[in-house]
Amino acid sequence: MKLKVATTVNGRRHEHEVEPRLLLVHYLRDNLGLTGTHIGCDTSQCGACTILVDGKAVKSCTMFAVQAEGRSLQTIEGMAKDGELHPIQQAFWDEHGLQCGYCTPGFIMAAAYLLEQNANPTEDEIRKGLEGNLCRCTGYVNIVKAVQTAAKTMSATPAKKATVTAGGN
Amino acid sequence: MIPAAFEYARASSVEEASKLLSKFGEDAKVLAGGHSLIPLMRLRLAQPAALVDINGIKELDHIKEDGQKLRIGALTRHVTIHNSPVVKEKLPLLAEIASEVGDNQVRNMGTMGGVIAHADAAGDYPTLALILDAEIVTNKRTIPARDFFKDLFTTALGPDEVVTEVVFPVANGPHKYVKFRRRLFDWAIVGVAAQKMNGGWRIGLTNVGPTPVRAKAVEEALHQGAKPEEAAQHASDGLDPAGDLRASPEYKKHLARVLTKRAINQAEGRQ
Repeated sequence: MKLKVATTVNGRRHEHEVEPRLLLVHYLRDNLGLTGTHIGCDTSQCGACTILVDGKAVKSCTMFAVQAEGRSLQTIEGMAKDGELHPIQQAFWDEHGLQCGYCTPGFIMAAAYLLEQNANPTEDEIRKGLEGNLCRCTGYVNIVKAVQTAAKTMSATPAKKATVTAGGN
Repeated sequence: MIPAAFEYARASSVEEASKLLSKFGEDAKVLAGGHSLIPLMRLRLAQPAALVDINGIKELDHIKEDGQKLRIGALTRHVTIHNSPVVKEKLPLLAEIASEVGDNQVRNMGTMGGVIAHADAAGDYPTLALILDAEIVTNKRTIPARDFFKDLFTTALGPDEVVTEVVFPVANGPHKYVKFRRRLFDWAIVGVAAQKMNGGWRIGLTNVGPTPVRAKAVEEALHQGAKPEEAAQHASDGLDPAGDLRASPEYKKHLARVLTKRAINQAEGRQ
């Protein structure tokens, strides 16, 4: 049994027939070719697969593609605009907020949600806000710095605030 | 890790959900936030024949003040409970517990009804529901929390019964939930809820048995005037917790005593 799923992903409409058991992360990667969303642990713990669903950070390994019917999704591929990195991406680059980079897309999407909720978070609020994302290379010092830097850049240029495509709430 | 195949249907009302559950039979499951169910399905520890998705039933997503009661819709997400000014004012312990379920991503999806119906021994809301004498409302009846949790992952719910609301009493006196875990977003190894209400203490324990436990011996000792550290010694009375990868039975009983003392002290503003 296949069901129709129609979504908007990074501003583009998509429609597919999928099996109900297809996880959203597999739909993004295998059906849409959006492989920036990573599968880390497959047990809903690591947050590498974090995307925004109607503006809310969600682990796309813990949702079926059919549940995304009619929703607006944003993945890491939707962050850069016109060849220019999103301020959060730029901050991860500038502050060296990564080593191998596997967890980075998830961290950036979780940080986008965090900064949407709280434009000027304290270090504690950043650490609490990113508790659902694991980095196995090193620690979280530079990741926290990157989010602090992004918060500064984004409040200086509000137009670059993390925005979600239509349908966000 | 791909779940076994299942049939999927969206319900637009509670009546429709119940009908779909009857149609699919006993192996059907309700899909709410999915943050307990989908991980189990990926590991194939759960292989429901069908899922009835209730996420489209908007009237199940609500927080209503009703006199001295707080009615939380089954589909209300943890994030909504945690941010609700009404919950913070009328039952701050619930807001505190909601803020410590999983992580941001989990709290954006997970629901009150899901936690209650799933009845994981390490679930946090069931403990609060038990000690506050909350009521679980379904499409068929109202079940007192003390009669709802039957065993590990086992509740009083019938196969076509859907949780619609959990009704808590208002309680805004001293309170604390101490959740002991190795990492911030983990389940509780042991959790202790303490709420002062109508002049007495309600003390509940999470993950020290197949269902939540009300620590009546501790409540009674406090009522008799025992100091928190003395009363807390009774927290492990009658407990027979199962050991798991994180803790032996003896360690869980130790934690029950230590955390009970901590919960009462912190509720009263001491460290």
